[in-house]
Amino acid sequence: MITLHKVNKWYGQYHALKSVSAEVAPGSVVVVCGPSGSGKSTLIRTINRLEPIGDGQILVNGDDVHAAKGREINRIRSHIGFVFQQFNLFPHLSVLDNVAIAPVRILGLSWHEARERARALLTRVGLAQRIDRYPHHLSGGQQQRVAIARALAMKPPVMLFDEPTSALDPEMVGEVLQVMQSLAAEGMTMICVTHEMGFAREVASEVWFMDHGEIIETGSPAEFFSAPRSERARKFLAEIRH
Amino acid sequence: MLDILRDNWLLLLIGQYPNGPLGGLAMTLILAVCAIAAAFVLGTLIALARTSGIALLYWPATALVYVVRGLPPVMAVFWAYFALPVLIGRPIPGFWTLLTALILYESTYLSEIIRAGIQSLPKGQVEAAKALGFGYGRITCDIVLPQVYHTMLPSMVSQFVSTIKETSLGYIIAVQELTFAANQINSQLLTRPFEVFLILAVIYFLVCFTLTSAARFLERRVARQRNAPALKVQPA
Ligand SMILES: Nc1ncnc2c1ncn2[C@@H]1O[C@H](COP(=O)(O)OP(=O)(O)OP(=O)(O)O)[C@@H](O)[C@H]1O
Ligand SMILES: [Mg+2]
Repeated sequence: MITLHKVNKWYGQYHALKSVSAEVAPGSVVVVCGPSGSGKSTLIRTINRLEPIGDGQILVNGDDVHAAKGREINRIRSHIGFVFQQFNLFPHLSVLDNVAIAPVRILGLSWHEARERARALLTRVGLAQRIDRYPHHLSGGQQQRVAIARALAMKPPVMLFDEPTSALDPEMVGEVLQVMQSLAAEGMTMICVTHEMGFAREVASEVWFMDHGEIIETGSPAEFFSAPRSERARKFLAEIRH
Repeated sequence: MLDILRDNWLLLLIGQYPNGPLGGLAMTLILAVCAIAAAFVLGTLIALARTSGIALLYWPATALVYVVRGLPPVMAVFWAYFALPVLIGRPIPGFWTLLTALILYESTYLSEIIRAGIQSLPKGQVEAAKALGFGYGRITCDIVLPQVYHTMLPSMVSQFVSTIKETSLGYIIAVQELTFAANQINSQLLTRPFEVFLILAVIYFLVCFTLTSAARFLERRVARQRNAPALKVQPA
């Protein structure tokens, strides 16, 4: 479903992704973890081409993301849900219209149909009571749930999350993870950059550990957390457990 | 002084209309509204050209902005006065000359305000729209410009105030606006220039002060709505 083949990425002289190859099967949930600056955000942002790559190939749903010409990339992106650390809701639109606008503009739904779809999704993430509010009226956890609903409104077959809970107050982390967990349970293909190890243990089908622009270890969460193979992974796990 | 006002208020307000051309404060406001409306559209296009990253659009737009901003507004009036008839091939009325000059001048100022707004928008906004599959045009119209216009509203009002003051340049090419009307009155009375021009000053002041106050009010409202510090309105 998602294939990375020898992906290299440079920021100027800095080699941010070093010949990364990996594969995500349909319906699986990959958790990406690793120290700060290891290239997790860079990696996940190349998958929908928010970051260009130097060389290599990335296939999503059969589309070669970085070979797409002109407007083709917009169609490809519309099939890849993306959730940001900072939510990035549109502050000038109501919660309902934040979720409805993409189906209107990109899928050509009427506002009426799109708002129906948005209402259903917002109900599903537990925000049916907030649809007429504006984003700045909501807590961080609520905003992030709106952001997830906004991405889901395009009915993407895959969802990417870049540290969706790390900008949240601790008491709001749970409500967002719960939504992600229910998505996973429905068979959504997901890649999540996160340091929520509880979530990784329970939900992930696979953990990728990154350091210095490389995926240096992959495995099931059970293997990875109880018996990490690499020294760097052991050190990383020791640090996040304090 | 009140007698001057009593005898001439209609002239100051609407010129010789309906027996002659429209003028006075009405003409001043019509000119300013038309100029700012057109400059708003043109200024947006210039700002988009300057933020497009396309050299072929960036350089002409940037050159235009730098040249016009480096000149006093009266130069724009002169250029329009002498160059427009040559370009079009026939003489054009003073109203259109002045309007062209004001649009040219104001659009470069508005373009800078709009460009600053575009560039200060958090980059996550554009990224979120891209990630949903929006193209450049949609991102600009649905996400970027609505937010920019909203935060820029107070600056736009104060730019409107500048435009009102700049319409008085119409006097030098005999456009019948407010200053022209005051000067007509002064020519008739001959001996009372201080009073006539005090009246003129008060009228400009009242109109501009009201609008500047409105801009302050808007500025506070915008700041409250977005929960973010708004750009300060410069007294125009
Ligand atoms: N736009 C950029 N220009 C130059 N260097 C960058 C840029 N973005 C990231 N980098 C560098 O690339 C490396 C990887 O960054 P990235 O954001 O992918 O790390 P990360 O694993 O997501 O870290 P964090 O956990 O802090 O989010 C870092 O060393 C960072 O400094
Ligand atoms: Mg990151």
